[in-house]
Amino acid sequence: MPSKDSKNNFALLRDKILQKSGKDYWRSVEEFADAPEFEEFVKHEYPQHAEEWEDGLSRRNFIKVMGASLALAGLSGCVIQPAEKIVPYVSQPEEIVPGKPLYYATAMTLGGMATGLLAKSNEGRPTKIEGNPDHPQSLGATDILAQASLLDMYDPDRSQEILKRGNASTWQNFMMEIRARIDENRVDGGAGVRFLTETVTSPTMIAQMRQILTELPNARWYQYEPINKDNEIAGAKMAFGSPAKAIYRFDQATRILSLDKDIFSDFNVRYTKDYNQSRRYSEDKKDISRLYAIETTMSLTGAKADHRLAVKPSQMPEIAKAIAAALGVAGATSTYTENAQWIQAMARDLQANRGRSIVVAGDHQPPMVHALAGAMNQTLGSVGATVTYIEPLQPFPDVLQIDQLRTLVQEIDNGSVKMLVIIGGNPAYNTPADLRLDMNRFKVDAEDREGRKVPLRVHLGLYQNETAEICHWHIPEKHYLESWGDARAYDGTVSIIQPIIQPLYDGKSANELAQLFFRENYDKKDYDIVKEHWQRQGFAGAPRALATSAATNNQTQTNNQSQQTTNQVQLNNEQPRTPSATQNQGPATTVATPMTTSPTNRAANPAGGDLNPAAGAFEDNWRKVVHNGFVPNSAAPAKTVSASGAFMNQPTTPASGVLEISIRPDPSVYDGRFANNGWLQELPNPLTKITWDNVALVSPNTAKRLELNQDVKDEQYSGGSLGTTFVNTKGGNLFSDLVTLQMNGAEVGKPVPMWIAPGQPDDVITIYLGYGRTRAGRIGTDLGYNAYNVQRSDAMWNGVGEIAKTGANTAIASTQIHFNLESPARADDILRVYDLEYFNQHPDTGHQHDHYPDSMYPRYEYTGNKWGMTVDLNSCVGCNACVIACQSENNIPVVGKEQVERSREMHWMRIDTYYSGEVNDPDGPHFQPMLCQQCELAPCETVCPVHATVHSAEGLNDMVYNRCIGTRYCSNNCPYKVRRFNFLLYQDWNTPQYKLMRNPEVTVRSRGVMEKCTYCTQRIAYARIEAEKDDRPIRDGEILTACQSVCPADAIVFGDLNDGNSRVAQLKKDPRNYNVLNLLNTQPRTTYLANLRNQNKEMPDYKVPQVKDSGHPTEENKAGDGGH
Amino acid sequence: MAQVFHRAANNVAKISIVVAVVLAGVAGFVYTQIARSSYLTGRFVEKQQPVQFSHKHHVGDDGIDCRYCHTAVETSYSAGIPPTQTCMNCHSQIWSDSPYLEPVRASYRENKPIEWERVHDLPEYAYFNHSIHIAKGVGCSTCHGQIDNMPAVYQQNTLQMEWCLQCHREPEKYIRPKSEIYNMQWQDSELTDEERLQLKADYKIRSQEMLTSCSTCHR
Repeated sequence: MPSKDSKNNFALLRDKILQKSGKDYWRSVEEFADAPEFEEFVKHEYPQHAEEWEDGLSRRNFIKVMGASLALAGLSGCVIQPAEKIVPYVSQPEEIVPGKPLYYATAMTLGGMATGLLAKSNEGRPTKIEGNPDHPQSLGATDILAQASLLDMYDPDRSQEILKRGNASTWQNFMMEIRARIDENRVDGGAGVRFLTETVTSPTMIAQMRQILTELPNARWYQYEPINKDNEIAGAKMAFGSPAKAIYRFDQATRILSLDKDIFSDFNVRYTKDYNQSRRYSEDKKDISRLYAIETTMSLTGAKADHRLAVKPSQMPEIAKAIAAALGVAGATSTYTENAQWIQAMARDLQANRGRSIVVAGDHQPPMVHALAGAMNQTLGSVGATVTYIEPLQPFPDVLQIDQLRTLVQEIDNGSVKMLVIIGGNPAYNTPADLRLDMNRFKVDAEDREGRKVPLRVHLGLYQNETAEICHWHIPEKHYLESWGDARAYDGTVSIIQPIIQPLYDGKSANELAQLFFRENYDKKDYDIVKEHWQRQGFAGAPRALATSAATNNQTQTNNQSQQTTNQVQLNNEQPRTPSATQNQGPATTVATPMTTSPTNRAANPAGGDLNPAAGAFEDNWRKVVHNGFVPNSAAPAKTVSASGAFMNQPTTPASGVLEISIRPDPSVYDGRFANNGWLQELPNPLTKITWDNVALVSPNTAKRLELNQDVKDEQYSGGSLGTTFVNTKGGNLFSDLVTLQMNGAEVGKPVPMWIAPGQPDDVITIYLGYGRTRAGRIGTDLGYNAYNVQRSDAMWNGVGEIAKTGANTAIASTQIHFNLESPARADDILRVYDLEYFNQHPDTGHQHDHYPDSMYPRYEYTGNKWGMTVDLNSCVGCNACVIACQSENNIPVVGKEQVERSREMHWMRIDTYYSGEVNDPDGPHFQPMLCQQCELAPCETVCPVHATVHSAEGLNDMVYNRCIGTRYCSNNCPYKVRRFNFLLYQDWNTPQYKLMRNPEVTVRSRGVMEKCTYCTQRIAYARIEAEKDDRPIRDGEILTACQSVCPADAIVFGDLNDGNSRVAQLKKDPRNYNVLNLLNTQPRTTYLANLRNQNKEMPDYKVPQVKDSGHPTEENKAGDGGH
Repeated sequence: MAQVFHRAANNVAKISIVVAVVLAGVAGFVYTQIARSSYLTGRFVEKQQPVQFSHKHHVGDDGIDCRYCHTAVETSYSAGIPPTQTCMNCHSQIWSDSPYLEPVRASYRENKPIEWERVHDLPEYAYFNHSIHIAKGVGCSTCHGQIDNMPAVYQQNTLQMEWCLQCHREPEKYIRPKSEIYNMQWQDSELTDEERLQLKADYKIRSQEMLTSCSTCHR
């Protein structure tokens, strides 16, 4: 318990926070201040009161319960196992061997972009998602959303039945009614029929819609989703005169400037993969790329940037102009005069790397910034080298999605829409406030409860969400793991979506619903629809199909087509990036497991490989395409563009208020569609580490000025009413002040919790989309506030606003201060960041003394396999994909917000974020994935009274669940804080859907048991058994841990340390390699490769590398002190 | 103050200590015996199956190889229970109207699987793998007993961890040549000790430390 005295001195403490650094690296503002309370906190394994019951259990009851459980504990050893049944197949499918998983290629789409996946199937149940190593948008990696989509499929809250006005109905009834209504509408060519979809790139769907629009020539098809490419397309139109989509080659770039673009949290993990090709440091390649970031809200890209500038959103266009002027873009002038030296120095650096630099603009930046980025790339000679352009992937690229939505809303308002078919999406929730498709929009007058303005509304969706509520018909949608379909990857590659499981509920796919509007052949299965499309279309035409699909536009066909012809749509001159060419460096190449894929005759159709052009070969080609998951060589042809400088005269609108507000998609739940996904809700946001909520970010200075989160109340010292949170010396970030927030003249409608975020520019507040759902499901409903309420169609992402304190505050579950490592003598015991140039001159700067001889235990020689891991902190971008992959692979439960507040989250793996420098202008944060270090001299093992954690002969620190009695001594003694305890029964043992989802290779843990990372011991065992059966050693790269195989940055490498040629053994020789907390002499098997900063010396924010003494004088003194 | 305890109390105290120790020993012995009893382990208990399938007849009399039905035993952790289709391979031709086989025919006709009672049931946290044991020379009968003599299959061994560890500690005592894996009549005495050690080396069976590491079987 912190002393009264320190509380009284809070004002002093706060000044200390804002003025002076206490530590070299800090995870939270509390730690930065080096507050005594923080020291106190670190000493506790779990925060104050974290171990209490959540309900008021009296002592008497406690003793009763204890007595009963003691009695039962004695009995548990002699329980007869319940009788089980074995249910074999009636006739077993040829390719299924019971107990052997199969991998099927499929694809997930988001925002119209498809990432190729391999879905692991255990006897027909998808149990894990991996990336497809051959797919251009994956190359074997995936992001958090693809990983978590598995949980979505099994979500018991998914829509399970067809609803007519809220009552159960049948597909037959729906078909009869809809067919009758379509026939009525045929009279006027479907003038009242409107389709609303999300971004569609599916060639089949586009062909279907084209057919419908031919049959119903007056019908209209609109696309809208909140996170779209409007700004990029509008920017391209500004700069080039026609819409275009940029494809970046970060692997070819040595200098990258991001104008508020977060490259690393994109659904497209290919960019992270590519970036790390040029960023990776090795003995052979000491020259790594340099990343500049100018942004508002701290993003992963900003965190990884070598030089970062935090600016207000309103300044961005003028800054972009200033950079353009500095780069010598013709016609560029700017009114922005600050940071001139920064911009000049950076511009010189970009110019020095002509043809090897990239300027990339963020999705939330106005078209002007995108246009300027295009012009800069052209001036820098990047176009054709590191940047290529293709036609946008979606149809009607000429009309922005927001304009399509606006047209639809106008038509609804003037009563000309008779039938609205919403295929996917949730426009009743996620549309800007002024264009919201809610019930009020459909009402003829105030009395109208039915919404008679649009007499028939149909919704297809995964959930009975806000939109389903206002529609007459709701059709449950098939999850992508249940349906056939197709879509295009970021470069246009056609990807095939293949079902892994029969639909759990009687759902329909978008293709099946669209087919219903055909005049003939309206009742078809998705398989037939997709296959017949490709039979007609032919795979050879896949790249060109893109160009023609753009011309299906029935709204603005005229000028679109003329542009199509004037822009020379030339065929792809450069080789499409075949995965095999770029793959060699990453560990994904050597994937053995996932590529033992496919039941669709893999042997006959090796991956890659061209299709047979012969006329009768469709069936063969189709099998090959389905097996591989994509159509080879179907990337879109490059488009030749040329920027004109005329757009630069357009004025930029300056901000008209003191407080600017920025809207961003939530890093976990995206635009809100994943709100009911427990994995994503509980995933700590990459930078704030907040779970289960959205907050509003504010800079430390502004928070002080506006007196936000500055109060300290008694209850915060004692841990709050629930006894949940640690005293918050930063003035209540965990107890966040609630404010009312106004933006664009509208109110959010719910109190918004404030969060002090280092790196946020002053006087800018960032709010997040995706929360405030009213009908998300049991998990996502009523969490957080709805930022769509203040989004306006003319100010989608940035605006001005005001906030006012409500006087109340709320508890926010952030894991930022959970599981802190106690830092001993030296700052670099935990995290190491080197300046690249300094490190190249002093490669021995990271030398560590080996304390093994100091141990009292005799050395054990590992003669067989000796498993080890390296984590490259220079590569890690903090994207969290490993955390979800680990959760999915290892059956890790979700615990809920209240339990997270008590520091009881169960993730075996966490990503620690350490800031350095000043709190208002921090360096970093630097990411450090922290998982069980598999210490050879493991402190946890020596304290276990029941030998529940012991060493294996391969050096794994085994955790034996059935021996564990839950003393938690091991966790207490773990210096890395990577052990997790099941305080309560977190696993859902009852929901049948979740039983299907779990990995059958991993024990499902119960209450009272400690658990931790096992290096995916089930994968090791699988590979070991397969290798022994073949009488061969385990090949390097044959075992990929779940975190390793998902990692888009290839930061994690696992392998055998006794095999001198293994990648991990090579990496351990890297001079950057170091042990965390080396002086504790735990001899960890997991080691880290130090982070690097590739600074530009000419930059005004260049930080002279601090020369650390290379000796280790304090280590000996401290060695005996460790381990508490 | 008078003495509270009679002089004999000294002896009572001594005797009761001895009795307590003996009783604790007996209780411990009884506990281990109960824990190993077939009541708790299910050993030797014949289970009523939906079909009166006799391994004695099919294996002993007809001489059908184990792998005809348990096809995955060499490739997967599960040996595999045959699909109804496998039964019908023969029984669509022979005994095709036997009343005993009606459940099989019904299953095939109605496409409903037969639900067998599980006989060998390991705890869920033990991850036994058939294929690696076959590959390392552990015969079927070593664990399952002489199936060819069992009209109804029962569990021959306790399947407790101490039983597993007997072999994981000294595999050489239980292994046999690969040609004899599916031989139900094989006796462990057919090999000399030298031959066993040679076999262990040939199979490259790992060290005792490796075989008794927790993560070898538990995940």
